[in-house]
Amino acid sequence: MKAKQLSIFLENKSGRLTEVTDVLGEAGVNLSAMSIADNSDFGILRCIVSDPEKAYQVLKEAHFAVKITDVIGFVCPNTSGSLAVVLRYLSQKGIFIEYMYSFANGDVAHVVIRPTDLDACERVLEEKKVELMAANDLYQL
Amino acid sequence: MIWNETVECMDREQLREIQSRRLVKMAEYVYYNTPFYRKKFQEMGLEPGDIKSIDDIVKLPFTNKLDLRDNYPFGLAAVPMSQIVRIHASSGTTGKPVVVLYTRKDLATWSEAISRAFTAYGAGKEDIFQVAYGYGLFTGGLGAHDGATNIGASVIPISSGNTQKQITLMHDFGTTILCCTPSYAMFLGEALGECEWPREEFKLKVGVFGAEPWTEKMRVKLEASLGIKAYDIYGLSEIAGPGVGYECECQHGTHLNEDYYYPEILDPNTGEPLPEGSFGELTFTHLTKEGMPLLRYRTHDLTALHYEKCACGRTLVRMDRILGRCDDMLIIRGVNVFPSQIEDVILKQKEFEPHFLLIVDRVNNTDTSELKVEVKEDYFTDDMSTMVGLQKKLEAELRSVIGLGFKVRLVEPKGIERSEGKAKRVIDKRQL
Repeated sequence: MKAKQLSIFLENKSGRLTEVTDVLGEAGVNLSAMSIADNSDFGILRCIVSDPEKAYQVLKEAHFAVKITDVIGFVCPNTSGSLAVVLRYLSQKGIFIEYMYSFANGDVAHVVIRPTDLDACERVLEEKKVELMAANDLYQL
Repeated sequence: MIWNETVECMDREQLREIQSRRLVKMAEYVYYNTPFYRKKFQEMGLEPGDIKSIDDIVKLPFTNKLDLRDNYPFGLAAVPMSQIVRIHASSGTTGKPVVVLYTRKDLATWSEAISRAFTAYGAGKEDIFQVAYGYGLFTGGLGAHDGATNIGASVIPISSGNTQKQITLMHDFGTTILCCTPSYAMFLGEALGECEWPREEFKLKVGVFGAEPWTEKMRVKLEASLGIKAYDIYGLSEIAGPGVGYECECQHGTHLNEDYYYPEILDPNTGEPLPEGSFGELTFTHLTKEGMPLLRYRTHDLTALHYEKCACGRTLVRMDRILGRCDDMLIIRGVNVFPSQIEDVILKQKEFEPHFLLIVDRVNNTDTSELKVEVKEDYFTDDMSTMVGLQKKLEAELRSVIGLGFKVRLVEPKGIERSEGKAKRVIDKRQL
Protein backbone atom coordinates (compact mmCIF):
# COMPACT_ATOMS: atom_id res chain seq x y z
CA MET A 1 0.00 0.00 0.00
CA LYS A 2 1.43 3.28 -1.03
CA ALA A 3 2.26 5.87 1.56
CA LYS A 4 3.21 9.51 1.14
CA GLN A 5 6.69 10.57 1.96
CA LEU A 6 7.95 14.15 2.10
CA SER A 7 11.17 15.01 0.26
CA ILE A 8 12.75 18.28 1.31
CA PHE A 9 15.71 19.97 -0.36
CA LEU A 10 18.28 21.00 2.19
CA GLU A 11 21.26 23.21 1.67
CA ASN A 12 24.33 21.86 3.33
CA LYS A 13 24.57 24.37 6.13
CA SER A 14 24.27 24.11 9.83
CA GLY A 15 20.86 24.66 11.35
CA ARG A 16 18.85 23.81 8.27
CA LEU A 17 17.56 20.49 9.59
CA THR A 18 16.70 22.15 12.88
CA GLU A 19 14.54 24.63 10.99
CA VAL A 20 12.62 21.82 9.28
CA THR A 21 11.99 20.02 12.54
CA ASP A 22 10.99 23.31 14.18
CA VAL A 23 8.41 24.02 11.48
CA LEU A 24 6.97 20.52 11.77
CA GLY A 25 7.04 20.63 15.55
CA GLU A 26 5.17 23.91 15.71
CA ALA A 27 2.51 22.50 13.40
CA GLY A 28 2.13 19.48 15.65
CA VAL A 29 3.34 17.10 12.97
CA ASN A 30 5.23 14.09 14.24
CA LEU A 31 8.10 12.44 12.39
CA SER A 32 7.89 8.69 12.32
CA ALA A 33 10.80 7.89 10.01
CA MET A 34 13.44 9.82 8.13
CA SER A 35 16.62 9.56 6.19
CA ILE A 36 18.94 12.02 4.49
CA ALA A 37 20.55 11.52 1.13
CA ASP A 38 23.42 13.86 0.62
CA ASN A 39 26.33 14.83 -1.52
CA SER A 40 28.86 17.38 -0.39
CA ASP A 41 26.75 20.36 -1.47
CA PHE A 42 23.17 19.61 -0.61
CA GLY A 43 20.93 16.96 0.87
CA ILE A 44 17.46 15.57 0.37
CA LEU A 45 15.61 14.87 3.57
CA ARG A 46 13.05 12.11 3.17
CA CYS A 47 10.56 11.59 5.93
CA ILE A 48 7.36 9.90 6.91
CA VAL A 49 5.17 12.09 9.08
CA SER A 50 1.92 11.85 10.97
CA ASP A 51 0.12 14.23 8.57
CA PRO A 52 1.82 14.54 5.15
CA GLU A 53 -0.64 17.09 3.71
CA LYS A 54 -0.31 19.42 6.63
CA ALA A 55 3.46 19.03 6.75
CA TYR A 56 3.62 19.84 3.05
CA GLN A 57 1.56 22.99 3.58
CA VAL A 58 3.57 24.35 6.49
CA LEU A 59 6.91 23.62 4.85
CA LYS A 60 5.81 25.34 1.65
CA GLU A 61 4.75 28.36 3.65
CA ALA A 62 8.19 28.39 5.24
CA HIS A 63 9.69 28.46 1.71
CA PHE A 64 11.17 24.99 1.67
CA ALA A 65 11.44 23.12 -1.61
CA VAL A 66 9.30 20.13 -0.80
CA LYS A 67 7.75 17.32 -2.83
CA ILE A 68 5.44 14.47 -1.93
CA THR A 69 6.67 11.11 -3.15
CA ASP A 70 4.94 7.75 -3.01
CA VAL A 71 6.73 4.98 -1.18
CA ILE A 72 5.83 1.52 0.10
CA GLY A 73 6.19 0.40 3.68
CA PHE A 74 6.47 -3.24 4.70
CA VAL A 75 7.33 -5.28 7.71
CA CYS A 76 9.79 -8.13 7.81
CA PRO A 77 11.02 -10.31 10.67
CA ASN A 78 14.02 -8.98 12.53
CA THR A 79 16.10 -12.06 11.84
CA SER A 80 19.15 -12.58 9.73
CA GLY A 81 18.42 -13.18 6.07
CA SER A 82 14.82 -11.94 6.14
CA LEU A 83 15.44 -8.78 4.16
CA ALA A 84 17.47 -10.73 1.60
CA VAL A 85 14.43 -12.91 0.94
CA VAL A 86 12.21 -9.89 0.22
CA LEU A 87 14.80 -8.15 -1.90
CA ARG A 88 15.30 -11.26 -3.97
CA TYR A 89 11.56 -11.28 -4.82
CA LEU A 90 12.01 -7.81 -6.23
CA SER A 91 15.25 -8.34 -8.07
CA GLN A 92 13.89 -11.49 -9.70
CA LYS A 93 11.10 -9.37 -11.18
CA GLY A 94 13.56 -6.75 -12.34
CA ILE A 95 12.33 -4.09 -9.92
CA PHE A 96 15.00 -1.58 -9.01
CA ILE A 97 15.19 0.22 -5.71
CA GLU A 98 15.97 3.91 -5.84
CA TYR A 99 16.42 4.10 -2.11
CA MET A 100 15.19 2.62 1.11
CA TYR A 101 15.49 3.10 4.81
CA SER A 102 14.47 0.95 7.71
CA PHE A 103 14.64 0.48 11.40
CA ALA A 104 14.36 -2.60 13.56
CA ASN A 105 11.94 -2.55 16.45
CA GLY A 106 11.85 -5.63 18.64
CA ASP A 107 10.86 -8.71 16.62
CA VAL A 108 10.20 -6.88 13.39
CA ALA A 109 11.83 -4.36 11.09
CA HIS A 110 9.88 -1.61 9.34
CA VAL A 111 11.13 -0.87 5.87
CA VAL A 112 10.32 2.10 3.61
CA ILE A 113 11.16 1.50 -0.01
CA ARG A 114 11.07 3.61 -3.16
CA PRO A 115 11.09 1.26 -6.16
CA THR A 116 11.23 2.38 -9.77
CA ASP A 117 7.87 0.75 -10.40
CA LEU A 118 5.57 1.20 -7.42
CA ASP A 119 2.66 -0.85 -8.74
CA ALA A 120 4.77 -3.80 -9.77
CA CYS A 121 6.56 -3.73 -6.42
CA GLU A 122 3.30 -3.69 -4.52
CA ARG A 123 2.00 -6.59 -6.61
CA VAL A 124 5.07 -8.71 -6.04
CA LEU A 125 5.10 -8.10 -2.30
CA GLU A 126 1.41 -8.95 -2.06
CA GLU A 127 1.84 -12.14 -4.05
CA LYS A 128 4.70 -13.22 -1.87
CA LYS A 129 2.68 -12.46 1.24
CA VAL A 130 5.06 -9.86 2.54
CA GLU A 131 3.33 -7.84 5.25
CA LEU A 132 2.62 -4.43 3.76
CA MET A 133 1.97 -1.49 6.01
CA ALA A 134 -1.12 0.63 5.62
CA ALA A 135 -0.22 4.27 5.04
CA ASN A 136 -1.87 5.38 8.25
CA ASP A 137 0.00 2.77 10.27
CA LEU A 138 3.23 4.04 8.85
CA TYR A 139 2.29 7.67 9.66
CA GLN A 140 1.46 6.77 13.22
CA LEU A 141 4.49 4.67 14.02
CA MET B 1 70.17 45.20 -20.06
CA ILE B 2 68.28 47.38 -22.48
CA TRP B 3 67.06 46.12 -25.86
CA ASN B 4 66.42 49.45 -27.56
CA GLU B 5 68.21 52.17 -25.65
CA THR B 6 67.35 54.80 -28.25
CA VAL B 7 63.66 54.47 -27.56
CA GLU B 8 63.56 53.16 -24.03
CA CYS B 9 65.82 55.91 -22.69
CA MET B 10 64.77 58.65 -25.10
CA ASP B 11 64.48 62.22 -23.93
CA ARG B 12 60.81 62.73 -23.13
CA GLU B 13 60.53 65.83 -25.35
CA GLN B 14 61.83 63.88 -28.29
CA LEU B 15 59.52 60.96 -27.48
CA ARG B 16 56.62 63.38 -27.43
CA GLU B 17 57.53 64.58 -30.90
CA ILE B 18 57.52 61.03 -32.22
CA GLN B 19 54.21 60.36 -30.51
CA SER B 20 52.79 63.55 -32.05
CA ARG B 21 53.91 62.63 -35.55
CA ARG B 22 52.54 59.13 -35.20
CA LEU B 23 49.20 60.28 -33.81
CA VAL B 24 48.71 62.76 -36.64
CA LYS B 25 49.34 59.96 -39.11
CA MET B 26 47.14 57.54 -37.23
CA ALA B 27 44.17 59.94 -37.17
CA GLU B 28 44.40 60.22 -40.93
CA TYR B 29 44.96 56.49 -41.34
CA VAL B 30 41.85 55.42 -39.45
CA TYR B 31 39.76 58.14 -41.08
CA TYR B 32 40.49 56.73 -44.50
CA ASN B 33 40.72 53.03 -43.62
CA THR B 34 38.37 52.25 -40.75
CA PRO B 35 34.74 53.09 -41.60
CA PHE B 36 33.83 52.82 -37.91
CA TYR B 37 36.17 55.71 -37.03
CA ARG B 38 35.34 57.77 -40.10
CA LYS B 39 31.71 57.68 -39.04
CA LYS B 40 32.64 58.68 -35.50
CA PHE B 41 34.81 61.55 -36.72
CA GLN B 42 32.00 62.78 -38.95
CA GLU B 43 29.47 62.58 -36.14
CA MET B 44 31.79 64.64 -33.96
CA GLY B 45 32.56 67.11 -36.73
CA LEU B 46 36.19 66.12 -36.53
CA GLU B 47 38.60 66.01 -39.44
CA PRO B 48 41.97 64.25 -39.54
CA GLY B 49 43.61 67.69 -39.98
CA ASP B 50 42.30 68.76 -36.56
CA ILE B 51 44.82 66.42 -34.94
CA LYS B 52 48.07 68.37 -34.99
CA SER B 53 49.96 66.91 -32.04
CA ILE B 54 49.68 64.40 -29.24
CA ASP B 55 47.89 67.06 -27.18
CA ASP B 56 44.93 66.79 -29.55
CA ILE B 57 44.39 63.17 -28.52
CA VAL B 58 41.62 64.40 -26.20
CA LYS B 59 39.57 65.30 -29.29
CA LEU B 60 39.53 61.70 -30.51
CA PRO B 61 36.61 59.38 -29.86
CA PHE B 62 36.75 56.58 -27.31
CA THR B 63 36.61 52.90 -28.15
CA ASN B 64 35.00 50.36 -25.87
CA LYS B 65 35.00 46.59 -25.71
CA LEU B 66 31.39 46.79 -26.87
CA ASP B 67 32.56 48.40 -30.12
CA LEU B 68 34.81 45.43 -30.74
CA ARG B 69 31.95 43.07 -30.10
CA ASP B 70 29.55 45.01 -32.32
CA ASN B 71 32.07 44.82 -35.14
CA TYR B 72 32.72 41.11 -34.72
CA PRO B 73 34.60 39.56 -36.36
CA PHE B 74 36.54 41.78 -38.79
CA GLY B 75 34.57 45.04 -38.82
CA LEU B 76 37.41 47.12 -37.38
CA ALA B 77 40.03 45.91 -39.85
CA ALA B 78 41.85 48.81 -41.50
CA VAL B 79 43.45 46.67 -44.20
CA PRO B 80 42.14 44.00 -46.55
CA MET B 81 42.28 40.49 -45.07
CA SER B 82 45.02 39.65 -47.54
CA GLN B 83 47.35 41.76 -45.40
CA ILE B 84 46.32 40.16 -42.12
CA VAL B 85 48.68 37.39 -41.06
CA ARG B 86 47.43 36.58 -37.56
CA ILE B 87 44.05 36.48 -35.86
CA HIS B 88 43.85 36.24 -32.09
CA ALA B 89 40.74 36.26 -29.95
CA SER B 90 40.01 36.65 -26.27
CA SER B 91 37.03 35.73 -24.20
CA GLY B 92 34.23 38.21 -24.86
CA THR B 93 31.27 39.29 -22.82
CA THR B 94 28.45 37.30 -24.35
CA GLY B 95 30.02 34.23 -25.79
CA LYS B 96 31.39 36.04 -28.83
CA PRO B 97 35.12 36.46 -28.54
CA VAL B 98 36.88 39.77 -29.06
CA VAL B 99 38.94 39.48 -32.21
CA VAL B 100 42.26 41.19 -32.90
CA LEU B 101 44.05 41.33 -36.23
CA TYR B 102 47.75 41.70 -36.98
CA THR B 103 49.60 42.52 -40.17
CA ARG B 104 53.15 41.30 -40.63
CA LYS B 105 54.39 44.67 -39.38
CA ASP B 106 52.11 44.52 -36.34
CA LEU B 107 53.63 41.19 -35.39
CA ALA B 108 57.10 42.68 -35.75
CA THR B 109 56.13 45.62 -33.54
CA TRP B 110 54.74 43.28 -30.96
CA SER B 111 57.91 41.18 -31.00
CA GLU B 112 59.95 44.33 -30.55
CA ALA B 113 57.82 45.28 -27.56
CA ILE B 114 58.28 41.87 -25.96
CA SER B 115 61.99 41.89 -26.78
CA ARG B 116 62.34 45.02 -24.68
CA ALA B 117 60.61 43.20 -21.83
CA PHE B 118 62.69 40.03 -22.05
CA THR B 119 65.91 41.99 -22.28
CA ALA B 120 64.95 43.99 -19.20
CA TYR B 121 64.60 40.68 -17.36
CA GLY B 122 68.18 39.89 -18.27
CA ALA B 123 67.40 37.45 -21.10
CA GLY B 124 69.48 37.12 -24.26
CA LYS B 125 70.35 34.76 -27.05
CA GLU B 126 72.09 32.29 -24.71
CA ASP B 127 68.83 31.71 -22.88
CA ILE B 128 66.41 28.83 -23.20
CA PHE B 129 62.80 29.91 -22.88
CA GLN B 130 60.12 27.53 -21.75
CA VAL B 131 56.88 29.08 -22.94
CA ALA B 132 54.22 27.52 -20.74
CA TYR B 133 51.50 30.01 -21.66
CA GLY B 134 48.72 28.44 -23.68
CA TYR B 135 49.42 28.49 -27.40
CA GLY B 136 46.36 29.30 -29.44
CA LEU B 137 43.81 32.07 -29.68
CA PHE B 138 45.19 33.46 -26.43
CA THR B 139 47.99 35.93 -27.18
CA GLY B 140 50.26 34.71 -24.36
CA GLY B 141 51.81 31.65 -26.00
CA LEU B 142 52.58 32.92 -29.47
CA GLY B 143 53.43 36.40 -28.21
CA ALA B 144 56.11 35.16 -25.82
CA HIS B 145 57.27 32.71 -28.48
CA ASP B 146 57.82 35.41 -31.11
CA GLY B 147 59.46 37.77 -28.63
CA ALA B 148 61.93 35.12 -27.44
CA THR B 149 62.69 34.17 -31.03
CA ASN B 150 63.30 37.83 -31.84
CA ILE B 151 66.00 38.20 -29.19
CA GLY B 152 67.62 35.05 -30.53
CA ALA B 153 66.89 32.83 -27.55
CA SER B 154 65.98 29.13 -27.91
CA VAL B 155 62.29 28.48 -27.40
CA ILE B 156 60.64 25.38 -26.00
CA PRO B 157 57.04 25.80 -27.20
CA ILE B 158 55.59 23.45 -24.62
CA SER B 159 52.34 25.41 -24.02
CA SER B 160 50.50 25.06 -20.70
CA GLY B 161 49.68 21.91 -18.76
CA ASN B 162 51.38 18.53 -18.45
CA THR B 163 53.32 19.53 -15.35
CA GLN B 164 55.52 16.42 -15.20
CA LYS B 165 56.74 16.99 -18.72
CA GLN B 166 57.34 20.65 -17.94
CA ILE B 167 59.64 19.66 -15.09
CA THR B 168 61.41 16.96 -17.09
CA LEU B 169 62.15 19.26 -20.03
CA MET B 170 63.06 22.10 -17.71
CA HIS B 171 65.65 19.77 -16.22
CA ASP B 172 66.84 17.98 -19.36
CA PHE B 173 66.92 21.00 -21.68
CA GLY B 174 68.32 23.37 -19.08
CA THR B 175 65.55 25.96 -19.26
CA THR B 176 66.72 29.32 -17.94
CA ILE B 177 63.55 31.37 -18.38
CA LEU B 178 60.01 30.30 -17.65
CA CYS B 179 57.00 32.14 -19.11
CA CYS B 180 53.55 31.32 -17.73
CA THR B 181 50.70 32.61 -15.61
CA PRO B 182 51.60 33.22 -11.96
CA SER B 183 49.08 30.62 -10.81
CA TYR B 184 50.57 27.96 -13.04
CA ALA B 185 54.01 28.97 -11.81
CA MET B 186 52.87 28.14 -8.29
CA PHE B 187 52.01 24.61 -9.42
CA LEU B 188 55.33 24.28 -11.16
CA GLY B 189 57.09 25.48 -8.03
CA GLU B 190 55.48 22.71 -6.01
CA ALA B 191 56.24 20.12 -8.68
CA LEU B 192 59.83 21.29 -8.77
CA GLY B 193 60.14 20.79 -5.03
CA GLU B 194 58.76 17.27 -5.24
CA CYS B 195 60.61 16.07 -8.32
CA GLU B 196 63.45 13.56 -8.39
CA TRP B 197 66.16 16.11 -9.17
CA PRO B 198 67.79 18.54 -6.75
CA ARG B 199 67.39 22.24 -7.53
CA GLU B 200 71.10 22.56 -8.43
CA GLU B 201 70.50 20.45 -11.52
CA PHE B 202 68.13 23.09 -12.91
CA LYS B 203 69.35 26.22 -14.63
CA LEU B 204 66.16 28.20 -14.20
CA LYS B 205 66.85 31.80 -13.19
CA VAL B 206 63.97 34.02 -14.28
CA GLY B 207 60.17 33.80 -14.39
CA VAL B 208 58.06 35.96 -16.69
CA PHE B 209 54.56 36.02 -15.31
CA GLY B 210 51.45 37.76 -16.57
CA ALA B 211 47.89 37.50 -17.93
CA GLU B 212 46.53 37.47 -14.38
CA PRO B 213 46.72 40.02 -11.60
CA TRP B 214 49.25 39.01 -8.97
CA THR B 215 50.79 40.56 -5.91
CA GLU B 216 54.08 41.30 -4.21
CA LYS B 217 53.29 38.52 -1.77
CA MET B 218 52.97 36.08 -4.62
CA ARG B 219 56.23 37.34 -6.06
CA VAL B 220 58.01 36.47 -2.81
CA LYS B 221 56.44 33.01 -2.79
CA LEU B 222 57.21 32.32 -6.43
CA GLU B 223 60.78 33.49 -6.12
CA ALA B 224 61.25 31.21 -3.11
CA SER B 225 59.54 28.11 -4.50
CA LEU B 226 61.13 28.29 -7.95
CA GLY B 227 64.43 29.79 -6.84
CA ILE B 228 64.21 32.56 -9.45
CA LYS B 229 63.71 36.26 -9.97
CA ALA B 230 60.07 36.89 -10.97
CA TYR B 231 58.98 39.69 -13.31
CA ASP B 232 55.59 40.99 -14.34
CA ILE B 233 54.68 41.35 -17.98
CA TYR B 234 51.59 43.42 -18.78
CA GLY B 235 49.38 43.24 -21.80
CA LEU B 236 45.90 42.98 -23.19
CA SER B 237 45.06 41.35 -26.46
CA GLU B 238 43.06 44.33 -27.82
CA ILE B 239 46.25 46.39 -27.77
CA ALA B 240 48.81 43.69 -28.63
CA GLY B 241 49.06 40.95 -26.03
CA PRO B 242 51.85 40.55 -23.50
CA GLY B 243 54.55 43.19 -23.80
CA VAL B 244 52.43 46.32 -23.71
CA GLY B 245 54.34 46.91 -20.50
CA TYR B 246 57.13 45.28 -18.49
CA GLU B 247 59.09 45.64 -15.29
CA CYS B 248 62.75 46.55 -15.31
CA GLU B 249 65.32 45.35 -12.80
CA CYS B 250 64.24 48.09 -10.40
CA GLN B 251 60.73 46.55 -10.25
CA HIS B 252 59.45 49.99 -9.57
CA GLY B 253 56.35 50.02 -11.74
CA THR B 254 55.67 48.69 -15.21
CA HIS B 255 57.25 50.57 -18.13
CA LEU B 256 54.81 51.02 -20.98
CA ASN B 257 55.88 50.85 -24.62
CA GLU B 258 54.36 54.25 -25.20
CA ASP B 259 55.98 54.80 -28.57
CA TYR B 260 53.50 52.19 -29.87
CA TYR B 261 50.71 52.19 -27.33
CA TYR B 262 49.94 55.67 -26.01
CA PRO B 263 48.54 55.59 -22.48
CA GLU B 264 46.19 58.08 -20.83
CA ILE B 265 44.64 58.12 -17.39
CA LEU B 266 41.02 59.26 -17.43
CA ASP B 267 38.30 59.85 -14.94
CA PRO B 268 36.31 56.63 -15.41
CA ASN B 269 32.99 58.46 -15.05
CA THR B 270 33.49 61.59 -17.12
CA GLY B 271 36.20 60.39 -19.53
CA GLU B 272 38.17 63.59 -18.79
CA PRO B 273 41.97 63.29 -18.62
CA LEU B 274 43.35 63.41 -15.08
CA PRO B 275 46.49 65.24 -13.95
CA GLU B 276 49.79 63.38 -13.99
CA GLY B 277 50.14 60.83 -11.23
CA SER B 278 46.38 60.56 -10.56
CA PHE B 279 44.64 57.31 -10.19
CA GLY B 280 42.11 56.57 -12.94
CA GLU B 281 41.15 54.46 -15.92
CA LEU B 282 43.95 53.40 -18.22
CA THR B 283 43.27 54.04 -21.92
CA PHE B 284 45.44 53.15 -24.90
CA THR B 285 45.74 54.55 -28.39
CA HIS B 286 47.62 52.65 -31.07
CA LEU B 287 50.24 54.88 -32.63
CA THR B 288 51.54 52.49 -35.28
CA LYS B 289 49.16 49.58 -35.63
CA GLU B 290 48.04 48.69 -39.16
CA GLY B 291 45.70 45.72 -38.92
CA MET B 292 43.18 46.93 -36.40
CA PRO B 293 44.19 50.23 -34.81
CA LEU B 294 42.15 51.44 -31.86
CA LEU B 295 41.81 54.99 -30.58
CA ARG B 296 41.54 55.65 -26.86
CA TYR B 297 40.59 52.12 -25.96
CA ARG B 298 39.13 52.04 -22.46
CA THR B 299 40.78 49.16 -20.60
CA HIS B 300 38.66 49.61 -17.45
CA ASP B 301 41.86 48.92 -15.52
CA LEU B 302 42.47 51.40 -12.70
CA THR B 303 46.02 52.60 -12.12
CA ALA B 304 48.29 55.66 -12.16
CA LEU B 305 51.20 56.70 -14.42
CA HIS B 306 54.53 58.18 -13.38
CA TYR B 307 56.75 60.09 -15.79
CA GLU B 308 59.99 60.63 -13.84
CA LYS B 309 63.03 58.86 -15.21
CA CYS B 310 63.54 55.42 -13.70
CA ALA B 311 66.72 54.41 -11.87
CA CYS B 312 67.29 51.82 -14.61
CA GLY B 313 67.82 54.64 -17.09
CA ARG B 314 64.57 54.18 -18.96
CA THR B 315 62.40 57.21 -19.55
CA LEU B 316 59.34 55.25 -20.66
CA VAL B 317 56.39 55.96 -18.40
CA ARG B 318 55.85 53.69 -15.41
CA MET B 319 52.48 52.29 -14.46
CA ASP B 320 51.48 51.27 -10.93
CA ARG B 321 50.11 47.83 -10.30
CA ILE B 322 46.54 47.53 -11.59
CA LEU B 323 44.49 48.25 -8.51
CA GLY B 324 41.10 47.20 -9.75
CA ARG B 325 38.59 47.66 -12.48
CA CYS B 326 35.90 50.23 -13.04
CA ASP B 327 33.47 47.75 -14.58
CA ASP B 328 32.28 44.51 -13.11
CA MET B 329 34.64 42.29 -15.05
CA LEU B 330 36.51 39.69 -13.06
CA ILE B 331 39.65 37.93 -14.12
CA ILE B 332 39.50 34.38 -12.89
CA ARG B 333 42.39 32.10 -13.72
CA GLY B 334 43.30 34.45 -16.55
CA VAL B 335 39.80 34.34 -18.07
CA ASN B 336 37.69 37.50 -18.34
CA VAL B 337 34.35 36.91 -16.71
CA PHE B 338 31.39 39.28 -16.63
CA PRO B 339 28.55 38.58 -14.23
CA SER B 340 26.17 39.30 -17.12
CA GLN B 341 27.55 36.27 -18.97
CA ILE B 342 26.70 34.05 -16.03
CA GLU B 343 23.25 35.56 -15.85
CA ASP B 344 22.73 34.82 -19.56
CA VAL B 345 23.64 31.20 -19.12
CA ILE B 346 21.40 30.78 -16.11
CA LEU B 347 18.46 32.51 -17.79
CA LYS B 348 18.64 30.03 -20.65
CA GLN B 349 18.14 27.11 -18.27
CA LYS B 350 14.52 26.70 -17.30
CA GLU B 351 15.29 24.89 -14.07
CA PHE B 352 16.94 27.80 -12.27
CA GLU B 353 15.79 31.07 -10.78
CA PRO B 354 17.52 34.12 -12.27
CA HIS B 355 19.40 34.77 -9.04
CA PHE B 356 22.93 33.76 -8.35
CA LEU B 357 25.89 34.49 -6.16
CA LEU B 358 29.41 34.02 -7.43
CA ILE B 359 32.08 33.55 -4.80
CA VAL B 360 35.64 33.91 -6.02
CA ASP B 361 38.50 33.00 -3.76
CA ARG B 362 42.13 32.06 -4.03
CA VAL B 363 43.15 28.75 -2.48
CA ASN B 364 46.81 27.68 -2.70
CA ASN B 365 47.34 30.49 -5.19
CA THR B 366 44.72 29.20 -7.61
CA ASP B 367 41.45 31.00 -8.17
CA THR B 368 38.34 29.12 -7.19
CA SER B 369 34.89 30.07 -8.40
CA GLU B 370 31.77 28.81 -6.77
CA LEU B 371 28.37 29.69 -8.15
CA LYS B 372 25.30 29.44 -5.96
CA VAL B 373 22.03 29.08 -7.84
CA GLU B 374 18.48 28.40 -6.81
CA VAL B 375 16.61 25.50 -8.32
CA LYS B 376 13.02 26.42 -9.14
CA GLU B 377 10.60 24.65 -6.85
CA ASP B 378 8.91 22.87 -9.72
CA TYR B 379 12.17 21.29 -10.74
CA PHE B 380 13.11 20.03 -7.33
CA THR B 381 12.89 16.26 -7.32
CA ASP B 382 13.34 13.54 -4.78
CA ASP B 383 15.87 11.87 -7.02
CA MET B 384 19.48 12.64 -6.13
CA SER B 385 20.86 11.74 -9.55
CA THR B 386 18.47 14.14 -11.30
CA MET B 387 19.49 16.91 -8.94
CA VAL B 388 23.18 16.23 -9.43
CA GLY B 389 22.46 16.12 -13.17
CA LEU B 390 21.06 19.67 -13.03
CA GLN B 391 24.21 20.80 -11.31
CA LYS B 392 26.47 19.09 -13.87
CA LYS B 393 24.47 20.42 -16.80
CA LEU B 394 24.87 24.01 -15.63
CA GLU B 395 28.58 23.46 -14.99
CA ALA B 396 29.03 22.13 -18.53
CA GLU B 397 27.10 25.03 -20.04
CA LEU B 398 29.14 27.61 -18.13
CA ARG B 399 32.34 25.92 -19.17
CA SER B 400 31.39 25.97 -22.82
CA VAL B 401 30.18 29.59 -22.90
CA ILE B 402 32.70 31.24 -20.57
CA GLY B 403 35.57 28.82 -20.92
CA LEU B 404 36.06 28.43 -17.20
CA GLY B 405 35.16 25.70 -14.74
CA PHE B 406 32.71 26.83 -12.07
CA LYS B 407 31.69 24.81 -9.08
CA VAL B 408 27.90 25.02 -9.13
CA ARG B 409 26.18 24.77 -5.78
CA LEU B 410 22.44 24.31 -5.64
CA VAL B 411 20.70 26.24 -2.93
CA GLU B 412 17.12 26.35 -1.73
CA PRO B 413 14.54 28.58 -3.39
CA LYS B 414 15.00 32.05 -1.85
CA GLY B 415 18.34 30.83 -0.54
CA ILE B 416 20.09 33.79 -2.16
CA GLU B 417 19.58 37.11 -0.54
CA ARG B 418 17.39 39.51 -2.54
CA SER B 419 18.35 43.12 -2.46
CA GLU B 420 16.33 46.22 -3.12
CA GLY B 421 18.84 47.98 -5.30
CA LYS B 422 21.72 46.58 -7.26
CA ALA B 423 21.96 42.90 -6.56
CA LYS B 424 25.10 41.68 -4.88
CA ARG B 425 26.05 38.97 -7.29
CA VAL B 426 29.76 38.61 -6.74
CA ILE B 427 31.86 38.17 -3.65
CA ASP B 428 35.54 38.37 -4.45
CA LYS B 429 37.50 37.14 -1.46
CA ARG B 430 40.86 37.19 -3.21
CA GLN B 431 43.42 39.38 -1.49
CA LEU B 432 45.14 41.10 -4.37
